[in-house]
This record gives sequence, structure tokens and C-alpha cells, in this order.
Amino acid sequence: MAAAYELRCRECGKRYENAPLSICDECFSPLEVVVDLEAARHTFTRETIAAGPSSMWRYQALLPVPDDYVPTTPAGWTPLLRAPRLAERIGARNLWIKNDAVCLPTLSFKDRVVAVALANAQTFGFDTVGCSSTGNLANAVAAQAARLGLKSYILVPADLEAAKILNTQVYGATLVRINGNYDHVNRLCSQIGERYNWGFVNVNLRPYYAEGSKTVGFEIAEQLGWRLPDNVVVPMAGGSLIVKIRKAFKELIALGLVEEKEVRFFGAQATGCSPISTAVKNGADTIEPQRPATIARSLAIGNPADGIYATRAISESRGWAEDVSDVEIVSAIQELAETEGVFTETAGGVTTAVTARLYAHGRIHPDELTVACITGNGLKTTDVLQGAYEQHAAIRPRLGDFETYLAERNEESELELGGAYVS
Amino acid sequence: MSVRVLLPGAFQKHTNGTREIQSSAGNLPALITEIETTFPALKTHLRDESGQVRKFINFYVNEEDIRFLGNEKYAFQDGDEVLVIPSIAGGCAPRDTPFGQMQMQNWGVCSCCSYCGQEECICGD
Repeated sequence: MAAAYELRCRECGKRYENAPLSICDECFSPLEVVVDLEAARHTFTRETIAAGPSSMWRYQALLPVPDDYVPTTPAGWTPLLRAPRLAERIGARNLWIKNDAVCLPTLSFKDRVVAVALANAQTFGFDTVGCSSTGNLANAVAAQAARLGLKSYILVPADLEAAKILNTQVYGATLVRINGNYDHVNRLCSQIGERYNWGFVNVNLRPYYAEGSKTVGFEIAEQLGWRLPDNVVVPMAGGSLIVKIRKAFKELIALGLVEEKEVRFFGAQATGCSPISTAVKNGADTIEPQRPATIARSLAIGNPADGIYATRAISESRGWAEDVSDVEIVSAIQELAETEGVFTETAGGVTTAVTARLYAHGRIHPDELTVACITGNGLKTTDVLQGAYEQHAAIRPRLGDFETYLAERNEESELELGGAYVS
Repeated sequence: MSVRVLLPGAFQKHTNGTREIQSSAGNLPALITEIETTFPALKTHLRDESGQVRKFINFYVNEEDIRFLGNEKYAFQDGDEVLVIPSIAGGCAPRDTPFGQMQMQNWGVCSCCSYCGQEECICGD
């Protein structure tokens, strides 16, 4: 390889020089980045990584950016938390949370992919970037484009959560609301990408963008003391994240940074938009598109671009996929917050609920080291918790009033307990 | 009966830069046959080894995925607009950038559209 990385067709293997391209011109299949692992063998060691920055850029040698690239956005390097209280609740004994709800700068894992995509947008000379988004990507592109001085056009479904719209516009991005779902928006972006000289992070920059997801896998391995978990549970929208975490583990094995191990991958979707989990359950190698109908809007992609590859990653690793209802999603958001102090958005509710089900169905053994990937922050989807908590009338600032309040609360609790017991 | 068919940039290397055709095909199989007859160079790229249309190529009718309309059973209506798009499409580099110039020199393709395959772009900018 001339460069340390290049593009290659995932199906026919045709090689391409680095370019803002995402489709093979021979078989019209997706392109992906292939990193020259041999070239990285001496620069990507436990020691050089430990000496690197406290961000995803500590893994720069395996990311598709020029050698002399100087990152400006310290995304990633999020906490890997033990989750003993959630584990006890759902019948696990060795459960961990990869908490990208606190990924900087915009509180979702999309900050990782955008950091790599915009580095390439600059390399290719684009002055305008854009994306189709279900919200988190919109926030990430808008914020990082602002930091790099790039113009941004963000296209989103018109019914997106208000917080995600505000969190895009505040950075000065041009936000275009589209009457349609994400798949309609994505298709429009494909057409725009052919008409305008813009860098669309998840269209013509997609091969580079997707590589940013590998850093979730690198971090999990490093934070576990350079070893791989037994299982990973990953939410699936377009299906790219689960594929790239697996790719990251394979690269670490190839470079000898971790012992070889076949990690099992489990995919999580909402039942209202479950094309990938449906394919896994049916043993299919094709994805039947769906019309999304779920509160988990960040996962509401009915025709997932990497769906086939996600299905293969799951089946090859002897994992599984599950999907959960909107009611279960909300309950799981509350459960994760109440047990571990992690407030996630609806996608994290999907992951948490699916994780619980995988234990309940015996698909994951309680003692196996399992990492559940929480990819976004609950402050972005507070609308799904509207009405979930009763607001008591305010009391006067007097100790007596407070004690009366406590007594009434206890009475209510006992009544509730009694009612529950009777029923 | 006529439908307007918009082809993706990725096809243009095999269609001499043609981006749009009018078709009188009555349904999807007939349309694919017509496209292959019109652009013989595209045929081997459009289908896989078993003769099936490649799975990454999507067809939309008036903004709706044709699979939601009955797929091969859907009968085209006069005035329908058919959009052909690979799962993720696109590919452009600014003409006046080092990358765009490199693209011209190394690959002999234009920098406004990576796929028209002509030294002077013939597919519009």
C-alpha cells in the first residue's frame, strides 16, 4: 500500500486510492477503509498508546487520517464502568457499561466518527460538510464543523426531538427538516452528494467516518487491561458500530495487543424498527426494509446501510439479536439511571432492555464478561419521560412541613406496597 | 406510458455519462432489462454471478422504496419517477483542490463527478 490506508470494495475487493467515495464502480457495493497493519505494527503498541492523549486519538495509528494530522477535538476515551447493581437486577454477575453518554463534545458516540470524517473532509479540501441524521450525528457534525470553521448542512426528519434540533442549530449549522423518515432523508443526501461538492460524512465520507467507531472497541480492550470481553451488546441503527467494534478487536489480535478470542456480538434494536434483528432471527442474509415506528428515533433506520454486515458479524461470532418494545425502552432508561447513575437516551434504553432479555433467555451466561454499549445521553430525549414522575406541591421552608411531607410520602409508599401486595 | 428514470453517479462510467432516461417499461424487471439493453456495458456490473440484480442497488418510485409497493409486481404509472440508488451513494471532490487535481491526473476522471470517466466532465457540475 502506498499510504497507510486505502479504500477497498467489501464485495469484489477492488482497491481505490483515498477519495471521497463510498461505492465501488464495478459492483456498486460499499467501500471500506483497510489500514496497513504491518505499517502500524511498530507505532501502535501498548506503550505508545499509553503515552498518547486521553482521547480516541491515542489510537491514531489505526485511524484513516494523514500521519501529520493534528486533531483539534478530544472525542472519546469514555468511562468503562462496572455495573454491579444493574447486573444484580437482571441476573448478571460480570456486567460492564461503556458509557458514551458522556462522549465529548456532544454526548454521543457519533463524536468519534465525525472526528475522523471531518479530518478527511479537510484532507480532501471540502469547505462544506453535511449529513443525514437521526439527531446525534447532527449534533456532532454541527459542533465539530463549527470548531474547524467548516460550513455545515444537516438534514433531519422533521419530527426529530426538540433537544436534538436545538443542539444542532446552536452551533450555527443550517438545519434542513425533511418531511419523511431517516431513509427518505438519507436518499436525498445521496442525490445532494452527487450534485454539490460537499463532504457528507455518512455518504461520500462514509468509509472514513465508520472507522471512527473502532475506537469504542480499542477503548474497551485497553480499559479491561488489554483483554477482550466475552460478549458485547451493541445498539444497531445503520449497523456500522457493531461491525467496527469487531474489526477493532480483530486488528488488536492481529497486532498482538490482546490474546486471540472469539468475542460474541449481540445486536439491539427497537421492535418498531428491527430489520437487522429480524434478519438474524430468520437466519437471512438479506435485509427486508421496514417503515420505522418507535420512540428510539436514533435507531429508526428502516433500510440500514450496513445491515447485511451487522447480521454477518452477529452470526459469525455466534451471537444473537433482540428487539424490545417502546415500553421496555422507557423502563430500561429508568432502570439504568436508578441502578448505575447513567442517564441514557432511548438507544441506550434499547441496549439495556435487550441486555436484560439476553440474560433472561440464557443467551449470555451470568459469569461471562459482558460489555453493554451505551451510545447517547438521556438529556437529548427527555420527551419520552414526560409524565413519568409526579411533581408534588411545593412546601413551605419549615421543618414541620418537611416532616409532614415525609410522613405523607411514607403513607403513600405503604399504600402502594399494600396495593401491589394485594393484587 | 412513460416513466422518468434517474441513474446514480456510480453507473455513469458504464452509461457514457447518461444520468436520466425515459422508459416505457411496465414494471421493475422490464425496466432492468431495458436499462441493460440500452447500456450493455452496465449489464455485467448490475448483476452478480448468479444473475441476480446486486443487493445493494435500491429502486424508489416517487420517493417510496419499491419493496413497499410490491416490488416486481408494482405496475409503473404514467409519470412515475424511478430513482436508482446504491445503498450509500455519492462521490465528489472539489475541482480546485490538490485531491481533485490528483484524481484527474491519476485516474483520468473528472473532479466534479468521480464517475463519468471522461477527462472533461460530461455529466454536469
